[in-house]
Amino acid sequence: MNNNIGSIAIRVDDLSFHYGDKNVLQHVTMEIKKGSFLGLVGPNGSGKSTLIKCILGLQKPQEGNVYLFGEKVNKFNDWDKVGYVSQKANSFNTAFPATAFEVVSMGLFGKVGLFRFLKTSDKKKVWDALKSVGMDQYAHQNIGELSGGQQQRIFIARALVSDPELLILDEPTVGVDTESSESFYKMLKELHRENHMTLVLVTHDVGVMTNYVTDVACLNKQIHFHGNTKEFEESSSENISAFYGHHVHVLHHDHGHE
Amino acid sequence: MLPFLKYEFLQNAFLTGIMVGLLAPVLGVFIVVRRQALIADALSHITLAGIAANLLLGKWSSFFAAANPIYMGMAFSVGGAIFIEQLRKVYKHYEELAIPIIMSAGIGLSVIFISMADGFNTDLFNYLFGSIIAVKRSDVWTVFAILIVVLLFVFFMYKELFVLSFDEEQGKLSGIRSNWILVAFMAITALVIAASMKIVGILLVSALMTLPVAASIRIAKGFKQAIWLSVLFGEISVIAGMFLSYYLDLASGGTIVLCLVVILFLSIFYKKFTGSRKVGHL
Repeated sequence: MNNNIGSIAIRVDDLSFHYGDKNVLQHVTMEIKKGSFLGLVGPNGSGKSTLIKCILGLQKPQEGNVYLFGEKVNKFNDWDKVGYVSQKANSFNTAFPATAFEVVSMGLFGKVGLFRFLKTSDKKKVWDALKSVGMDQYAHQNIGELSGGQQQRIFIARALVSDPELLILDEPTVGVDTESSESFYKMLKELHRENHMTLVLVTHDVGVMTNYVTDVACLNKQIHFHGNTKEFEESSSENISAFYGHHVHVLHHDHGHE
Repeated sequence: MLPFLKYEFLQNAFLTGIMVGLLAPVLGVFIVVRRQALIADALSHITLAGIAANLLLGKWSSFFAAANPIYMGMAFSVGGAIFIEQLRKVYKHYEELAIPIIMSAGIGLSVIFISMADGFNTDLFNYLFGSIIAVKRSDVWTVFAILIVVLLFVFFMYKELFVLSFDEEQGKLSGIRSNWILVAFMAITALVIAASMKIVGILLVSALMTLPVAASIRIAKGFKQAIWLSVLFGEISVIAGMFLSYYLDLASGGTIVLCLVVILFLSIFYKKFTGSRKVGHL
């Protein structure tokens, strides 16, 4: 395991988490390779968000460890290598008086540091991030005036602005209409292809996702499957149905295979 | 010089008013967007307890009789602010409970201290409703010191306060140590409340923190603009309120608050007339 440590972005080692006596995660072990685009799927309440929070050090598991780029998460300091778009991004205070530009610039604050201000070069990074998600023309709109899909793009831009090597998105398309979420997935695929970024996409939407990701992991308190998309599709029908407890059609959209 | 300003007590009131008209709305923006508008009320009542305590102690000790009660008020207010942050951790799922707890404790203590000190006097009345004739030169310097501390804090901590107000989780991921910043912010808020009460009065100080913000967030584009507009509205109300209060012989606190209410209504109508256009739906 030590010989490939340089190629692993995230390593989760025998992690268990419980709230009181309710088990949320049991002995989860997984490795996510650098440069992969992983879809982490599971039904509601399967512990997806908790796993992500443990990976980010926002929650402390009772057992097990998480390593980010080979470093134990509680000792990890390069947080500008990691971009995170939380599920809460869908339910933030939409009346908050902040422009899209101001929201995106928050992503740089960790890098800029205490008692310092954004420089011209930092402002350019904010513009670049806004452009990369196609939102530069809305820079000076208040975030609450934008549509759900546009707000989601702003939060992606905020995660991208520090130029991270790893981008984690927790249910980014909840509350966004199908058309917007499709163009959103396409944008992620572009980001992955062009910037060689490691992406982790958490979703309960198994269908569409498989057209865009390179790897799939199924979580329901434990990891039930972790492999590349092809293996997932070959094994899927029986696996997923058993896993979700009902029959699921894996949808294919041809334009996803361009 | 304006005839209005030829008396020292009016100069004192005017200078303090201008400083408070800047301070209260600046902090108010962060308080309102964090949905803690009522905190100013809780802290102003605990400040009252401090002032009443000082009046009571002044009956027995010449040291307290000579001291400016504003300092005891500040000590109580800062103590209450830190206590609120602690209570909020105890009641994780009912964070807003901390506010009525501190508020009722403040009122309870005030009532006891006031009754022990043989009831109301003009001094106390001035603290409750604000008075422009009661501001001393020493108050001006105290508020000036607070002004410097607050402006430095907000200037250098702007990024951190902004992230923590918008999204605490993102703040933690950026490596911001949220705890001490939030406690320091509360302590500073407590100081500003104590500083504002001579002008607007304890019962109305929360209005000066929240009403300018309530008006500005309806029309501001962005967070910085919300801060500037809040300060502008705060200053207009304080200055207009003090002029009216002097020439019409009205209580300054009430006059200032009514100016704020007028501005608030104007901003609501402005928004109605210009329309709240939603832009660019995908």
